[in-house]
Amino acid sequence: MNKLLLAAVLALFWGQCYALSDEEKGLQIMQEVDRRDTGFGDSSADVQMILRNRHGDESVRRLRMKTLEVIGDGDKTLSIFSSPRDVKGTAFLSFTHALEPDEQWLYLPALKRVKRISSSNKSGPFLGSEYAFEDLTSFEVPKYKYKYLRDEVFDGIDCHVIELYPQYEHSGYTREVVWVDKERYIVLKVDYYDRKDSLLKTQLFRNYQQYLGQYWRAGEMLMSNHQNGKSTLLISENYKFRNGFTDRDFDRNTLKRAR
Amino acid sequence: MQETTIIGKLGGFVTRHPWGTLLVSTLLVLVLAAGMLHLGFKNDYRIYFSKENPQLKAFEAIQDTYSKSDNVMFVLDPGLGDVFTPRILQAVHRLTEGAWQLSYSSRVDSITNFQHTTAEGDDLTVADLVADPEALSAAQIQAIKRVALGEPLLVNRLLSPTGHVTGINVTVQLPGKSSMEAMKVVAEARELAARIEAQYPGIELYLTGMVMMNNAFAESSMNDNQTLVPIMYGIVIGVLLLSLRSITATLGVVLLIVLSIVSALGIAGWLRWDMTPTSAIAPTIILTMAVADCVHLLVTMLHNMRIGHEKRQAIQESIRINFQPIFLTSATTAIGFLSMNFSDAPPFRGLGNIVAMGVVMAFLLTVSFLPAFMTILPVRVKLQDDLDNRPMRRLADFVIRRRRALLVVNGLLAIGLTSFVPLNELNDEFVKYFDESIEFRRSTDFFNDNLGGLYSMEFSIHAGSEGGISEPDYLQSLQRFADWLEEQPEVIHVHSITDTFKRLNKNMHGDDPSWYRLPERRDLAAQYLLLYEMSLPYGLDLNDQIDIDKSAVRLIATMQSMSSRQVLALERRVRDWLQVNMSASGIEAASPVLMFAHIGKRNIIRMVGGTLLALVLISFILIAAFRSLKLGLISLIPNLVPAGIAFGIWGLIDGQIGLGLSVVTGMTLGIVVDDTVHFISKYRRARIEKHMDSQAAVRYAFSTVGVALWITSLVLVSGFLVLSLSHFTMNSDMGLMTAITIAVALFLDFLFLPPLLMTLEKK
Repeated sequence: MNKLLLAAVLALFWGQCYALSDEEKGLQIMQEVDRRDTGFGDSSADVQMILRNRHGDESVRRLRMKTLEVIGDGDKTLSIFSSPRDVKGTAFLSFTHALEPDEQWLYLPALKRVKRISSSNKSGPFLGSEYAFEDLTSFEVPKYKYKYLRDEVFDGIDCHVIELYPQYEHSGYTREVVWVDKERYIVLKVDYYDRKDSLLKTQLFRNYQQYLGQYWRAGEMLMSNHQNGKSTLLISENYKFRNGFTDRDFDRNTLKRAR
Repeated sequence: MQETTIIGKLGGFVTRHPWGTLLVSTLLVLVLAAGMLHLGFKNDYRIYFSKENPQLKAFEAIQDTYSKSDNVMFVLDPGLGDVFTPRILQAVHRLTEGAWQLSYSSRVDSITNFQHTTAEGDDLTVADLVADPEALSAAQIQAIKRVALGEPLLVNRLLSPTGHVTGINVTVQLPGKSSMEAMKVVAEARELAARIEAQYPGIELYLTGMVMMNNAFAESSMNDNQTLVPIMYGIVIGVLLLSLRSITATLGVVLLIVLSIVSALGIAGWLRWDMTPTSAIAPTIILTMAVADCVHLLVTMLHNMRIGHEKRQAIQESIRINFQPIFLTSATTAIGFLSMNFSDAPPFRGLGNIVAMGVVMAFLLTVSFLPAFMTILPVRVKLQDDLDNRPMRRLADFVIRRRRALLVVNGLLAIGLTSFVPLNELNDEFVKYFDESIEFRRSTDFFNDNLGGLYSMEFSIHAGSEGGISEPDYLQSLQRFADWLEEQPEVIHVHSITDTFKRLNKNMHGDDPSWYRLPERRDLAAQYLLLYEMSLPYGLDLNDQIDIDKSAVRLIATMQSMSSRQVLALERRVRDWLQVNMSASGIEAASPVLMFAHIGKRNIIRMVGGTLLALVLISFILIAAFRSLKLGLISLIPNLVPAGIAFGIWGLIDGQIGLGLSVVTGMTLGIVVDDTVHFISKYRRARIEKHMDSQAAVRYAFSTVGVALWITSLVLVSGFLVLSLSHFTMNSDMGLMTAITIAVALFLDFLFLPPLLMTLEKK
């Protein structure tokens, strides 16, 4: 009996003396990020994607993005392109999964067909932009392993800096370094390191706004590629939550009618 | 004369305060030389083009719109004549994987990771052509071979038409912050190649591409400095020992050379200039140039001592006599090198400026450091009059006796040889900047002979509106252009997005070969492309072929090895064809080959201006120095004719004029003038001070400066001949041509100038 008590006391001290490992701490922070964003149900937004190259040229693509939260698995998203005019009406449906490969389909109005897209393209560019598919899919805790690096002030905001190691197949990255606001638990900046572990891209999240008194969404996301000098700016407007979307709105068989 | 007294005082001061002079001059040099710590080295081929160069601007615009095309190309020779075996495909696969790990690599293209598209039921499958080489059956390999050899995007680009050689192309995005970047990539690429060769005995890998070329620039100039500079010092020391017959004097000259070189390089460092493969030969040239000043000073000094003068007095007298000619020749030499500032290629401006600074430093040290040094150290000479040497006297006799014949024969020879100048043609083939001893050249030759080629032309073809590249009319005319290019005998391969469109159209029709043609509807084409683009993995996207708003595509034509003239001719044909057939589209053409093909002409035109200005300046200096318009004008003949004769000889022996040669005339002008200055100044002294007639004056000039001219020219010619041993032909051609010019100049100064003087100054 005494022994048991001793063990209990020891265990208590043990936990206090030896705080969490960096891996555990990183995981905890990201779990908190995930937890705080849980329960929004569904959302929609109008997105402008502005591509810039080193030469200073610009090109704009417009799309409407709908998201359906799936508790316990990755979210479902549907993107409907409205410009450029050649791809108007094209719809892109993706089911993110925590551990299994994502599923993706593209509806092409000129063919009136839905085509399945292999998930081996995960690392490839989305619509010719600097965003890869994997940068745009929803965040799921089991997709990465974590390591807490340090605390740092970024842009005047106290942040945790955490390293993420993708665990899914076909990722284009060895790691991502994420700056998380200590107070709001939202991501402010991500550095992406390519397969040879050199800095490839940086994404900045700006103009955060809170919706439904809880959920933060960035009005602007800027992805800059350090290696090729190109960048892509995502401007999201008209965020709407709780639209009453159901699985029927995210069905490959009804993709043709998606608006 | 005011000047003479100042110079006399200088000589007196230096010999009275030798330690002080030595200390001050050495300290000054050390301060200047400290700048060498700031010297950088640039090895990017783009340094040969000024920022205003229109071809460079066009090329950079294309690179900024699409992606950079700096690359390392691994050419794989399987050794057995067939790439399509499990073992070789495995090697290619491994090499491809390894290449992604090279620093700054942004894209790797090979036959294994080629994004092969097939129809699978209603879906489009996009996947690596060879995903898992370990587990391939013979039938599968045959299928892969059939696809690869039928794929226009692979054959003649990454695969030879017979499948006996394949290439793995790595696109590299160098940040451009340091020249170490390219060297790092090259070191890693070589290591990777060595690893694959060790794992798969029998395979041979050849490395080429623009990054390898940049590295070759750096390596060849480093090799030159390691091999040529010691040879050069050896020659200079040998010649000096033989001619001066004094170890102390030789040591003094060598020290002076080193001090001149480090000062010039140090100043360049303080000015934050970057060294280039071209300016890297500046030390060798300064070495050669510095010798001349010293030799004139020392020959006179030793002569004075040999006829019995005390050392200090001999030194003072030598400074008095030689100050003006040394000053003049240094000034004209510096002007000649400064004329390189007119070059369109910045590295030559750097070379000219550094050498000019070295020449000025050598002059300053020759009248301060050197006499002080000679005052301090013991100099022993045998008493004898060595200037009165028999060969020179015989030469003088011969020239005076045969003056008519020499005038006529040499005049005819000059005209005759100069008439071969038109045999030369401008040519800047950058692969041939390196001779066969350089790995890059051998690899590139293998690449050119077996697979594709390093020479290409890139076209950016605008459709005029966003998304316009999917317009059927646009695609049709793009296809016509690609087809026409393909028909040109010089063109090996045309990389065009139309091939992708045709393949996608076929895939979308259940892989029916009869649908291998361009889509006939714009929205269809655009959506095929979208589907394909959305299926491509990291690094294998179409951003290198299509601009961001899909209003223009990049088409790349690869060409066989060809001269600048042929490149320009092809460019003209292309422009004519586009004018007639595609005048509606905006089209830009650019590439490194085009840049180099145009640089020769641009550079020559600007160098002619620079050379003329140098000529005018030098002529004014000569007229002022000789205080005679007539002598000044006469001196022009032996100064200008050598360049004409040398280019005539060049037309007979080589006939290719590249960047290196286009600066030779301006540069040698300043050097060949020196001999004329020395000869005419002695001639004039004899005429005016000693009231001799022209024949006696010629005899006097031969006896006083003949030996010195002979020695300095020998040093100069051997110095530039050493440069001609460089494996970097831009430098070796320049060296050989300069050596020829200087040799011709000496020949004319001995055998043509005196008869000319005697004929034109009959009194």
